[in-house]
Amino acid sequence: MYSLEYAAPETLEEAMALLSEHGTDAKVLAGGQSLVPLLNYRLARPRLVVDINGLPLGGAHADDGWLRLGALTRHHELEESPDIARRCPLLPEAARLIGNVRVRSLGTLGGSLAHADPTAELPMVMVALDARFTLTSSSGARTVPAREFFRGYLSTALAPDELLTEIAVPVTRETGWAIEEFTRRPGDFAIVGVAALVSLDRRGCVEDARLAFAGVGDRPLRVPAAEDALRGEEPSSERLARVAEMARDRLEPPSDAFVSGTYRRLLAGVLCRRALGRAVARALGVP
Amino acid sequence: MIQRLVVNGRPREVDVQPNQTLLEVLRDTLGIFDVKEGCGEGVCGACTVLLEGRPVSSCLVLALALRGRTILTVRGLEREGGLHPLQDAFVQAGAVQCGFCTPGMLLTALAFLERHPRPTREAIRAALEGNLCRCTGYTKIVDAIEAYAHGDNRDG
Repeated sequence: MYSLEYAAPETLEEAMALLSEHGTDAKVLAGGQSLVPLLNYRLARPRLVVDINGLPLGGAHADDGWLRLGALTRHHELEESPDIARRCPLLPEAARLIGNVRVRSLGTLGGSLAHADPTAELPMVMVALDARFTLTSSSGARTVPAREFFRGYLSTALAPDELLTEIAVPVTRETGWAIEEFTRRPGDFAIVGVAALVSLDRRGCVEDARLAFAGVGDRPLRVPAAEDALRGEEPSSERLARVAEMARDRLEPPSDAFVSGTYRRLLAGVLCRRALGRAVARALGVP
Repeated sequence: MIQRLVVNGRPREVDVQPNQTLLEVLRDTLGIFDVKEGCGEGVCGACTVLLEGRPVSSCLVLALALRGRTILTVRGLEREGGLHPLQDAFVQAGAVQCGFCTPGMLLTALAFLERHPRPTREAIRAALEGNLCRCTGYTKIVDAIEAYAHGDNRDG
């Protein structure tokens, strides 16, 4: 690791002042599970690390149909908190798939989102949920929808002087949910992942459907055409299979050193069908 | 900068540079060599320590960020000068080959067993997903943890 300076602000105001003073020379340290590997391998070379772990950015509370999560919420809290599971069960399902147990001990929700790896679970889940992020700087706070926050590979709407402080997700009590992903080894970043949310009306037809994919582009992607093709329809297995094919055919995943785009596309279709099937079963109350 | 830590039950004060990881401080400053460095990116589990009871990769923790917290390494498992019963179970099962992964395996297993005292074999395997054994001695490691969890040499 190159030499660096370290600051541990105790208030949000102090943190904001440091970020606006140092701009791109500063890096925010939350759980450190993405930043410290980059420091160890000298891939990142910030002059200053701003440790935000002393800031009051933890905790979760529900208000008005939204679950508001502090940016320092750790993955293990998402995984284990009964309050979070009751209000948004997609979050523990996603958190269990993140990295290994040590990553989940320290890694934070805000850190994962700000890092914006296009194959990571939490960015995908936030895009599926249409979550809203609060970005705070010394000149105030603004709210950005998840779909506008992710701008490309490891790149987001965060300005250098801004901090992601709160993540609001809609309470999805009556909704069926599922995440499917395929990894080379347990704990790896996914080759392809998909998050599905399905709610049914009283006749058992699809009221709303959300599909978000990871690993098929430079950011997590929704496929609105496939979602539209489900709304109002009976969720028969034939229909779910057709919708999964439709979603697959609208994706153009990239190839890399490990996996071809063609294979990613194939996986996206298979995983999408499975995720929809499980989400529908949960919406019907099948455990 | 002077940093306070509690390592294996003992309060310590160490002079820490901002670019030092907990792993470096444990090994290079405090001479606690039972913590191993493997990959340096949090994947292999060789540098696992328990931070307030939870497993973390000590290679991914900046030492300055610790603020007086409590760390347990394998050395802290010693009971009255002897091995911890889980360490005994590892010896009995022949779960140690080169030994490089063993400290991480022991600490990960103990943190897991705190929450899941009577796990299935499958659950043990899943709990060890983040700890690599390059001798591939997984079967005996799982055997040892299973024997400890379900046996009568269980501690406390």
